[in-house]
Amino acid sequence: MSETAEHTGHHIDVKEFHPRAQAAIHDPKIRKNFRSAMDGLMSKRKTAFEGWDLETLRDLGANVRLRALANLPDLLEQLEKKLIENGIRVHWAVDGDEACRIVRDICKARDAKTVIKGKSMVSEEMELNHYLEEQGIEALESDLGEYIVQLADETPSHIIMPAIHKNTGEISQLLHEKTGTDLSNDVEYLTASARLQLREKFMNADVGVSGVNFAVAETGTLCLVENEGNGRMTTTVPKCHIAVTGIEKVVPSMEDVSALLALLTRSATGQHITTYFNMISGPRKAEELDGPEEVHLVLVDNGRSSIYQDDELLDTLRCIRCGACMNHCPVYTRVGGHAYGTTYPGPIGKILMPHLIGLDEGRHLPSASSLCGACGEVCPVKIPIPDLLVRLRQESVDGDKLHPAKVRGHGAKRSSMEAMIWKGWAWMHASPGIYRFGTGAASKFRALQPSKAGAWTDYRTPPKLAAKTLHQRMKERGQ
Amino acid sequence: MSSRETILQRLRNRTGGELTVPECDFSVLVRDDWSTKERIERFEKMIESVHGEVHHCTEDMWMERLAEVLNTRGARNLLIPKQHEIGQSLRTAGRNDLPELLIYDEPIESWQSHLFNEVDASITSTRGGIAETGSLILWPNEDEPRLMSLVPPVHIAVLRASELYTTFHEAMKAQNWAAGMPTNALLISGPSKTADIEQTLAYGVHGPKELIVLIIE
Amino acid sequence: MVDPIKVYPAKPAKVYFYGTCLVDMFYPDAGIAGVELLEREGIEVLFPQNQTCCGQPAYTSGYHDEARSVARAQLDLFPGDWPIVVPSGSCGGMMRKHYPDLFKDTTDEVKAAEVAGRVWELTDFLLNVCHIKLEDLGEPTTVAMHTSCSARREMGVAEVGPKLLGQLKNVNLVEQIRPEECCGFGGTFAVRHPEISSAMVSEKVDALVDTGTRQFVTTDCGCLMNIAGYAEKNQKPVEGQHILSFLWSRTQGKGGSSHE
Ligand code: SF4
Repeated sequence: MSETAEHTGHHIDVKEFHPRAQAAIHDPKIRKNFRSAMDGLMSKRKTAFEGWDLETLRDLGANVRLRALANLPDLLEQLEKKLIENGIRVHWAVDGDEACRIVRDICKARDAKTVIKGKSMVSEEMELNHYLEEQGIEALESDLGEYIVQLADETPSHIIMPAIHKNTGEISQLLHEKTGTDLSNDVEYLTASARLQLREKFMNADVGVSGVNFAVAETGTLCLVENEGNGRMTTTVPKCHIAVTGIEKVVPSMEDVSALLALLTRSATGQHITTYFNMISGPRKAEELDGPEEVHLVLVDNGRSSIYQDDELLDTLRCIRCGACMNHCPVYTRVGGHAYGTTYPGPIGKILMPHLIGLDEGRHLPSASSLCGACGEVCPVKIPIPDLLVRLRQESVDGDKLHPAKVRGHGAKRSSMEAMIWKGWAWMHASPGIYRFGTGAASKFRALQPSKAGAWTDYRTPPKLAAKTLHQRMKERGQ
Repeated sequence: MSSRETILQRLRNRTGGELTVPECDFSVLVRDDWSTKERIERFEKMIESVHGEVHHCTEDMWMERLAEVLNTRGARNLLIPKQHEIGQSLRTAGRNDLPELLIYDEPIESWQSHLFNEVDASITSTRGGIAETGSLILWPNEDEPRLMSLVPPVHIAVLRASELYTTFHEAMKAQNWAAGMPTNALLISGPSKTADIEQTLAYGVHGPKELIVLIIE
Repeated sequence: MVDPIKVYPAKPAKVYFYGTCLVDMFYPDAGIAGVELLEREGIEVLFPQNQTCCGQPAYTSGYHDEARSVARAQLDLFPGDWPIVVPSGSCGGMMRKHYPDLFKDTTDEVKAAEVAGRVWELTDFLLNVCHIKLEDLGEPTTVAMHTSCSARREMGVAEVGPKLLGQLKNVNLVEQIRPEECCGFGGTFAVRHPEISSAMVSEKVDALVDTGTRQFVTTDCGCLMNIAGYAEKNQKPVEGQHILSFLWSRTQGKGGSSHE
């Protein structure tokens, strides 16, 4: 990763998770928007998998991803070769800054002034919009949710539904202020007016930038999953299409795609399939009448090759960005996506972001979980998210001498005070005699038990020490 | 060292050593062979559940049905393929109940704003369909360019019942996609839609507001 | 990662009882109830007096060296090859699922894996190993059940509690909305992120209260002190107990001796 960031990305301080989470929790509107949206998504997912052998399908999803990762360098080379044969130009970027520069250079070579964008989380990761603006190139989001978020000068609060934190009234107000749309609570009207505005933009944009859901090495095909059709517009109408993707998105064949697609849309929104599944394998041929003249793929590393080094952390790269883990996360549901202050919120964000921004900056992310396991249970590619959270907690306090921490910024959360408390705890619990003496004494003097125990008793009564411990009672029973 | 080499080298020299390649058993994707009737029923159910419309037709009467569909919508014109038999038969049918027939035979640059603003409906062929998800397979080409199925507010697709597959997995294998893909291939499963405003569905956000499938049985 | 498939052993003559630190200090009645239920099934209960804590609090906090030293002190407590039963999904999960990882590449690797393979969540053990048949001696009542996340997802026993309660003919089990959602305990999570935790437990308490019942049972003492503690502090009309206490109190005096 480059040390000299050309544009400093993070407008939001990730470390300020606590105050943001607290604010969200006390905002009834946020609570209601997320709760009802997540309830709906959870039940739709359940229905969508009816009739499927979900466990076997998830095993297949996990294996397909693992197989691709096991051959990652070869697959990337095969993909590159095939894409070049197909007439698609391939670029490699070690980090977000380099990826931004590549996009800029392509734009500059075409003298492009306006870029229209389809949904792409990698471009969010790169903070491409800001970068292009600094370079004098207008970048406009065309996915309705992203468009709304961009008009509000916010970031997406969900990787699939970027504007989920806003209700219709707020969106109407925003569209009114920014685009002159009449105030209305009629979603159809609001959508139709966005359609009109964006069609103009599609026709005039010089370059389209999109993400990629799967890149197929065998055929040199870039696959995009979407409902709106803005992705198809973005990749068809402008003369030049630039796709950006993480290096982990490559799979060997279309057959792999058929498995992942079956899992992706059902896990994400409970749809059996999205409206459009768009497979791009080349620019417009001489005899064709539409489509871009130029197609580029930017392969972005940005920390992924570091994750790739470690057998356990590697599982993070299986992710197909369905968002199911956040839909099922009780913490995400309470605090919403913005509280995290990261490109990817929710469980996937907690296990991925520390690698992108460093565990020092992201030190609060792994701890903001009750480890309930709902995320791992629904993940379509069976990423053991809770285990990875525990691993990152260990890394953030340098807590395991046998397995020294590896992630950039590890140990940042270690405090000598806390370390001492755990040492004392371990000493007592590794010495049965001392433990029995201590717990026995606590029971005996339980009248002295404090009625306050920090944050616990702000919301709850303290648990009451029993008159006799189980050890004592079993001893009395002769056991 | 180029970024390409840097990245590939890091991946190749991974500190964790070589990774084991797991077996992938795709049989979970394979469905029992549904009968044609079952496939049609499932297809219809799925596509209707996402706001699509299905009309059962025969070789003899699909044009009549098409005319009805267009007339009830007050379509002023219909974009048709030039070479494909669908386009040929429409042009030679000499029907007076059809609106003006348009042909996409020039590069988009020369008529973009007309396509975006004046065309009311389009009709395309398909390379078959997928029953399980209610999807149409389209491989746009110079006769039926990419934007035909995207820009007009009404997209009508002709699907032969005999070309209806059970699953995507089956279709992709049967048509041997591994041998090579066209510049653009599509699965289309309903009209364009969004739920980005408070989870409320709205159709036609960027693409067609309506998808109408004429199944020829 | 593939979860090991559960293969239930034949009903043994003896078991090791691993009480857990929370039961030890705060809910010994639940522990005793578990012992009574096992004894009534004709099983001799061995209680290693040197047991302390499974090590989970340090483990999930990232202090794996400390967790390992505490866990190591537990490994020698079970010299025979009897099953180890635990009245908690969470501590059971720690021992069964995480001990092998924690001791990987150490001299205790084999022993840890061997111990882990013998660990059973107690209600699961009663139902699926002892094939317990419960005779309900209590008055008609209604109860809700909260299965802890670790019991549900690490130990895979979500079906067990409702099945046991279903054997009690005078007990009407009601289900709260979102039964599978976490109560917000999460060990140190509850004190590291108190606002988020309390937002979670308040919704859990509301869900329980909304069923109309006044009592709930749970597999885990962590959830119990969280949910019941929140309800008490906020004067919500619902009380909780460990499912073992409930099962024992409903069936007491039948076929076995009762210890008060
Ligand atoms: S971690 Fe799993 S559930 Fe979460 S977004 Fe990625 S694939 Fe989906």
